[in-house]
Amino acid sequence: MAESSIAIRFFASLRERLGISEEQLPADGITCVRDIREQLQKRGDEWAELLDDDCVLMAVNQAMAREETPVNPGDEVAFFPPVTGG
Amino acid sequence: MIRIQSEALAIEPVLAALEDDAPAIGAVCSFTGLARDLGDQSGVQSLFLEHYPGMTETAIQAVVDEADRRWTIHRTEIVHRVGEIRAGERIVFVGVSSRHRQDAFEACQFIMDYLKTRAPFWKKEITAAGNSDWVEQKASDREAARRWADSDGL
Repeated sequence: MAESSIAIRFFASLRERLGISEEQLPADGITCVRDIREQLQKRGDEWAELLDDDCVLMAVNQAMAREETPVNPGDEVAFFPPVTGG
Repeated sequence: MIRIQSEALAIEPVLAALEDDAPAIGAVCSFTGLARDLGDQSGVQSLFLEHYPGMTETAIQAVVDEADRRWTIHRTEIVHRVGEIRAGERIVFVGVSSRHRQDAFEACQFIMDYLKTRAPFWKKEITAAGNSDWVEQKASDREAARRWADSDGL
């Protein structure tokens, strides 16, 4: 199962506003981060608007990523707002 | 060493660990960040720090590795708290030891500036009135990190 899916994680304000912290997405048809973003944005206005923000950061397997970063089955992809630690 | 912890941050043992390397080192420089009562809102009673376990440590290590390439540093000790932090308590500690003070000063500031824009932590402010809001990233923090890139012509 894990081999054919991608783990998606959301943090902070994105996690709260979307009402979900993690889920498994079927890997079919997904080759890069953009594919995931576009698929999630089809879920409704809130998803479309929150993930359309240029400030949203993305990570693949816990390393900062871009829209064109490749994604493979079993990978972990995260979406989160600009960081505010320290 | 990099530590992410929910318990109170005691700096004395960390400073002592940095000084353990004397007399091979001649300087220890450290920064301690405290939770203020004034942030995006006034009357902040506490903060809630969320992070991305695993990626946080990796991101901070990458910043330390970059500092190690730019300056001659001997050892770094970084401690960051997560979870609930009351106003007045310590949030973060960055300590750098080196043979020379200039390297220790600059590497310490560099690590702190980069940590603020690269490590996946998110802060929520909770006021006495019960308001709770996520903190916005500051342009001044992005500028502070960018300065180091400019100084190298990157």
